[in-house]
Amino acid sequence: MKPVKFDYHAPASLDEALALLRRYGGDAKILAGGQSLMPLLNFRLSRPAALVDLNRIPSLAYIEEHDGQVRFGAMTRQRMIEFSPLVARRLPLLREATKWVGHLPIRTRGTIGGSIAHADPSAEYPAVLTALDGEVVARGPKGERVVKAKDLFVTYLTTSLEPDEILVEVRLPATDAGAGFALEEFARRHGDFAIVAIAALVVPDGARCRAARLATAGAGPVPVRLRAAEQILERDGLTDAAIDAAAGRAAELVSPDSDIHASADYRRHLTAVLTRRALRRALRVAHG
Amino acid sequence: MADAVTVRLTVNGVEREGRCEPRKLLVDFLREDLGLTGTHVGCEHGICGACTILIDGEAARSCIMLAVQADGAELLTIEGLMRDGKLHPLQEAFREHHGLQCGFCTPGMLMTALDLLRTNPSPTEAEIREGISAVLCRCTGYHGIVRAVEAAARKMR
Amino acid sequence: MSPTGWIGKPVKRVEDARLLTGRGTYIDDHPPVANLHHAAIVRSPHAHARIAGYDLTAALAVDGVVGAVTGEDVLRHTKPFSVGVTAPVHYYCAATDKARFVGEPVAVLVAKTRYIAEDAAELVRVRYEPLPAVVDPERALEPDAPVLHDAVGTNLAGHRRLVYGDPDRAFGEADVVLKERFRFPKYGSTPIETYGVIAAWDSLEGVCTVWSNFMGPFIMHPLTARVLGLPENKLRFIVPPDIGGSFGIKTSIYPYIALIALAARRTGVPVKWIEDRREHLLASSSGTDRVAYRELAAKKDGTILGMRFRWLDNVGGYIRSPEPGCSFRPTGNFVGPYRFRNLEVDASVVMTNKSLTGPNRGYACGHLYFESEGMIDRLADKLGLDPAEVRRRNLIPADAFPYRTPTGGLYDSGDYQAAFEKALELAKYSELRREQARARAAGRYFGIGLALAVDPSVSNMGYVATALDPQFRAKPEYLPKSGAVDSATVKIDPLGRVTAILGTTPQGQGHQTIVSQIVADELGLTPEEITVVDEMDTFTRVWSISSGTYSSRFGSVGTSAVALAARKLKAKLVEYGAHLLGVPKEQLEFRDGAVRPTTGKGPSYSIKDLAGRAHWNTESLPEGMEPGLQATAVFGFTVSKAVDAEDRVNSSNTYGFIAEVMAVEVDPETAAITILRYVTVHDAGTIINPMIAEGQIYGGALHGLGGALYEELVYAEDGQLLTGTFMDYLVPTASEAPTIDIAHVVSPSPLTPLGSKGLGESSSMTVPAVIANAVSDALGPLGIRITELPMTPTRLYELIQKART
Repeated sequence: MKPVKFDYHAPASLDEALALLRRYGGDAKILAGGQSLMPLLNFRLSRPAALVDLNRIPSLAYIEEHDGQVRFGAMTRQRMIEFSPLVARRLPLLREATKWVGHLPIRTRGTIGGSIAHADPSAEYPAVLTALDGEVVARGPKGERVVKAKDLFVTYLTTSLEPDEILVEVRLPATDAGAGFALEEFARRHGDFAIVAIAALVVPDGARCRAARLATAGAGPVPVRLRAAEQILERDGLTDAAIDAAAGRAAELVSPDSDIHASADYRRHLTAVLTRRALRRALRVAHG
Repeated sequence: MADAVTVRLTVNGVEREGRCEPRKLLVDFLREDLGLTGTHVGCEHGICGACTILIDGEAARSCIMLAVQADGAELLTIEGLMRDGKLHPLQEAFREHHGLQCGFCTPGMLMTALDLLRTNPSPTEAEIREGISAVLCRCTGYHGIVRAVEAAARKMR
Repeated sequence: MSPTGWIGKPVKRVEDARLLTGRGTYIDDHPPVANLHHAAIVRSPHAHARIAGYDLTAALAVDGVVGAVTGEDVLRHTKPFSVGVTAPVHYYCAATDKARFVGEPVAVLVAKTRYIAEDAAELVRVRYEPLPAVVDPERALEPDAPVLHDAVGTNLAGHRRLVYGDPDRAFGEADVVLKERFRFPKYGSTPIETYGVIAAWDSLEGVCTVWSNFMGPFIMHPLTARVLGLPENKLRFIVPPDIGGSFGIKTSIYPYIALIALAARRTGVPVKWIEDRREHLLASSSGTDRVAYRELAAKKDGTILGMRFRWLDNVGGYIRSPEPGCSFRPTGNFVGPYRFRNLEVDASVVMTNKSLTGPNRGYACGHLYFESEGMIDRLADKLGLDPAEVRRRNLIPADAFPYRTPTGGLYDSGDYQAAFEKALELAKYSELRREQARARAAGRYFGIGLALAVDPSVSNMGYVATALDPQFRAKPEYLPKSGAVDSATVKIDPLGRVTAILGTTPQGQGHQTIVSQIVADELGLTPEEITVVDEMDTFTRVWSISSGTYSSRFGSVGTSAVALAARKLKAKLVEYGAHLLGVPKEQLEFRDGAVRPTTGKGPSYSIKDLAGRAHWNTESLPEGMEPGLQATAVFGFTVSKAVDAEDRVNSSNTYGFIAEVMAVEVDPETAAITILRYVTVHDAGTIINPMIAEGQIYGGALHGLGGALYEELVYAEDGQLLTGTFMDYLVPTASEAPTIDIAHVVSPSPLTPLGSKGLGESSSMTVPAVIANAVSDALGPLGIRITELPMTPTRLYELIQKART
């Protein structure tokens, strides 16, 4: 299990990195944290002519707040997010999700940009990005563009980014103080990718629900925003009945596949169960 | 293409240098080029954790990192855990609580536990289990390891 | 002579200092010879395919490649391995005519580095003609199934019908007859250190030296020598001091020893091969997957009258020795801890296009007890009795030992009632049942499982012949097999330092520590004063075909050899002391590190004193005494006998006992299983080091739990492995591992000098049973009974859904 030969480049700037991608015309791979790519290289399932390693571009690692958004440089380590006071305060859902990403030694190297660009539908970060209606910034030869979460994920391990583009920033709307959040995940072992996970955010307003956000991991080829389930809550409030109805609706909104870890039926069933549990816990969190 | 590159880094406080292909895995570089065979290879896809070392003070898998990426970094491997000829409290505790049998996962387990206790000096049992779930052990059923990390945490606080 | 008390203490391990500091010596750590080259193995991507030819041109042209071997070389230069059945299965160290499972070795590339060897291996072109595949053992026996071995003509590698007592009568007289079908999964204990082999060929001497993390049994040494066409004294096996776990799996490395030795011979350079994880999961070894049909006959009061076992064990593409141990290893303990005398066993060993099988912790006992203990619970259910009560009514009584089972086993000692009651008490069984009633009333799914097992240790090499027909075994040219032997040497050097030398192959069991305790006790020293050298080298160690560290052996047979060697040496010291003092040796004894008068009065000689005199002045020895202070003992069990004409065999030598209670709760929504309480009581005779014993129990239990809930080598219908990475083959982590309440009952073995038995496989064989019973009990209100492992969430969810609709 040794990688094939490849050229290796560790550019010091984004422009240099973009130039290298252009030079290899789609035959180069971007190396971020490497926690998904390196295993693929070792299995020789990924056989690039070159690696463009972003780890020597210091400007790509940061966490900042701007206009109600928390912005992450693509190379921000998951570990940095886990221990970031800003994230704990302004994006507690992301902080909770981070603890579900692999294990600490994986989060040491793994990056937010890498996790999202890898687009594993069972991964937690794409679910959070989808739930919160976040966006990413991609830079390519023609400059920068912003891609909304709903336009980013195409199918398994595939995004709408072009081969000569680099995901440079992730933007998530900061969470209001009164909001409740929860990430409920079912995995076969601790630290595994989710069989199904549900990211939930609710903003209660008295008996009503000002906003609800729900998205899945593991319940199909891409993370699924459960908008129709959210609407039930926004219409009927956060009563037990509404939560049950939203959970039932959630199961109808997903088209999971079967694999060796779980059948499609079971995943659909879990979608309802975990949606209900996530909403109940989110509500408890909101009520402090 | 793929000419050999020079890798300079600090391992266990000593500056080391070697030349290798860019594709060479960090763990292979440590074992083959630097002769540090205490770090073990278990799966080469980042799951078993046997190859875990500290890179700039943080635990990471050396089988899913290229040697060239560690150029300029400061590494701590199992060979550097003892200080002044004495076992580290974690090593002591693993011996005291039978936290190892075959010893193959042990280097990765110790480095993972070290990072865990640095980031969380007073972990609960569940947090210890969660922390060391980063490393697979097939001998101990983890019981002795959990007890050892608990004991070391008390000592290190 | 009374021991001085190190036995029974949790002495800290000698091995730990080196292992905790990165100074272990595993197979991959240090090149034992210069000019090492590295191998990469080309493996079949097809489950079943004829091999029409090879093109190595591109591979051999890669810079740094020194050579290759293919199936053609294997066919030309090696012989097939002997197999444990009479069917003409030609099993070579690599595919020759056909590939019969995905991952089967097809060629080996040798190069300057592993990286280059892998580059070249990718360029080998093998012309395959794919054939239809079969992976299910029942399907494989259908008339239109693809046949793997033309020479055999069927996929049935072997079949035996064994009858003990009068099962037909038992079933005829029964008040209750129960039937069930079970499926046990294919899983392997996947040590974190994979296989490793280094082979060097000395063409002048004609000697092939192989370093490997082979664990024994060393019967595989003569088998391999024969395959390589070598006299046995020209093939040298060396095992490094440290092995990174094995759990039975590294028994099956021996075909790779032959393959890499061949590669070294053909390329003219020493060759090293370290198996990678993908290779390990694809093609190392695992237990069998089994389909079992069980029948149980009982009286109304719960007395079991007899059982029928019919099973199909799936050994994969070839039957590799020591298979069909999968079916016959537990022959002597087929009846477990129960009294019934009537049994029929119908065992089929089936070949399919899956990877090969072999010993895996608990070798075949996990299967056996999963089925048997499941049947006992069904009987309790049927009769409306408590499952504990049904077990009580059938246990072999404590005054029946030594107990001869109907299948030939000789249970050396035990008090099954005491151990079982202790487990129930420790678990607060009655309270658990009340808690269950409350939980059920609240709509929760809470279950309690029980499992009892006889834990066999030190297999008798003779059991494998149970696979052969008695008529075959009766032929004059047939040579019977039996035995379980180990040796040890204890010596005292001129300065009085004591060293014990073993030829075992520990994989984490702490032999050095255990031996230091035993020798310290025997010689009145402290464990730190004993140096233990434990390195296997077939050229320098005393060994036999049963040598090795497997089958829970060391705690029973290895420790016995050590104790006997120390006692022999002690006797020599007494004799020598008597000569020096000019008194009859009966007036002296060895006590507290010295030869002393039994009266306690008069001069004594310390070990150091005697060592100095004996080594420096051989004239001081009594006439006829062999010079030097060393003793080698070879211990063999006399209860190891060949299988008899009625298929009875004492398949192991010492037999421990396990009683377990587990409480679980099943979340009916997610199908998640939570272990609430887990109690295990073991009787392994004298416990030499309780800390190490506890470690073995914890480790064994987690292997059992892995097979019960997480681990399975899953194959698609076309024979492709679907769990070929550690992302899909799920090894339990610390977060899944339960806390265990452990207790011991001690019934010393009358067969071993220390009274000890083996404990290495321990709860690996009971956990599948106890957790399946617990989950069945939890889901009892839904009418669900577990018949198939692993209990994956999907599988449980489907059972729950089906039960509810």
